[in-house]
Amino acid sequence: MDADVIVIGAGIVGAACAHALAQGGRRVLVLDARIGGATGAGMGHLVVMDDNPAELALSSHSTAQWRALAPRMGEDCAYSACGTLWIAANEEEMAEAERKQQRLHEHGIESRLLGAAALARAEPALRKGLAGALEVPGDGILYAPNAARWLLAQGGDSIRVEHAKVGAIEDDGTLRLADGSRRAAPQIVLANGIEATTLCPELPIRPKKGHLLITDRYPGTVNHQLVELGYVTSAHHSDGDSVAFNVQPRPTGQLLIGSSRQFDSTDPAVEAPMLARMLQRALDYLPGLADLNAVRSWTGLRAATPDGLPLLGQHPWREKLWLAVGHEGLGVTTAPGSAHLLAALMTGGVPEFDAAPYAPRGLLERSA
Amino acid sequence: MSGETLLHIDGQLVRVKAGSSVAAALRVAGGVGVARTSVTGQPRAPFCGMGVCQECRVFIDGRRRLACQTVCAEGMRVETSE
Repeated sequence: MDADVIVIGAGIVGAACAHALAQGGRRVLVLDARIGGATGAGMGHLVVMDDNPAELALSSHSTAQWRALAPRMGEDCAYSACGTLWIAANEEEMAEAERKQQRLHEHGIESRLLGAAALARAEPALRKGLAGALEVPGDGILYAPNAARWLLAQGGDSIRVEHAKVGAIEDDGTLRLADGSRRAAPQIVLANGIEATTLCPELPIRPKKGHLLITDRYPGTVNHQLVELGYVTSAHHSDGDSVAFNVQPRPTGQLLIGSSRQFDSTDPAVEAPMLARMLQRALDYLPGLADLNAVRSWTGLRAATPDGLPLLGQHPWREKLWLAVGHEGLGVTTAPGSAHLLAALMTGGVPEFDAAPYAPRGLLERSA
Repeated sequence: MSGETLLHIDGQLVRVKAGSSVAAALRVAGGVGVARTSVTGQPRAPFCGMGVCQECRVFIDGRRRLACQTVCAEGMRVETSE
């Protein structure tokens, strides 16, 4: 196949880009080094985030696309329309829940406030004394590695996947593979998360390590994805380690427990002190977790940009190269919107929302 | 010390060599030592035998434990249903 586009990376973002480009009539070659990245390590949450208007536009467009795709996705993609409960621990956070509802309402996103009693009825396992929550019913979860494979399979003959590691991007946009062979196409998409920095060291992307833990099956313990409202302040520090309460009910009945953030560590080891901090935070909200068995814990690396928005658009000086990187912890959510935007830009279309905030920025100057 | 241990697996009395793991006892009790089923109902059996794969989870005296990491004790009650 003579490819019109080569996508580097078959994670959720690369797969979504290949899917969107194939839908636009392009023949796509996907190159994946089978290293595994954030798609396989993350929680697979589909959650509208509203830290800023650009994040809200991208995540809400994306979750709507996921909801539209979900009925066609295979059962192994484990899509669940569980919705999110943003938990308010006190009156101050409840006021924040109300402000959040207002922002979502202005953007046409359904949500509703739950008082303390309604929250206790919705999630009896939560500790007593919480102020309430904001429920976002349009959010959900899926199993991202299978969702990525499903997206690629939707391309039929228009998408071909080759397992190969790209060693370098040459000045004319030709890709040199690790085995010495070359691949070329009129357009290249860089969508390999944290690994992108090895091919383009100028990218302003840093690793943000995260821990996760999954329990044995306890169906019915938790019904919604649960996130503390304090998550926004604790998770978005640009420096230092942090933990936040985030629990997901998997369709198996298992509970997936997050979340932690550590900058600039690329050591994949599970660190007991960090895991303990994260679990203590979870116990603050769900005391009953202490009686459950964990079956596994692991870590992964998020690809974080300084402002928290992904880089989506044409690389300023590398010929033929387009960027779809820096999705931090929101790549599974924002993959469809990112792909829609990038595919529109690459094929001369008009995206359904403003592309300007995501345009590649903050790249270090090309070394002489 | 007796060379054998008598325990209950899903209500059935099973006699094993003393020092056997519960995973071994499940095998002695019959079948392939299936301890649980996947969410789609497929049988799952111990795979690693060393506490890593988590495929041999059973209730032992009312608590969820790994069959491969638990030594049979006299009168122990093992339930394989989830």
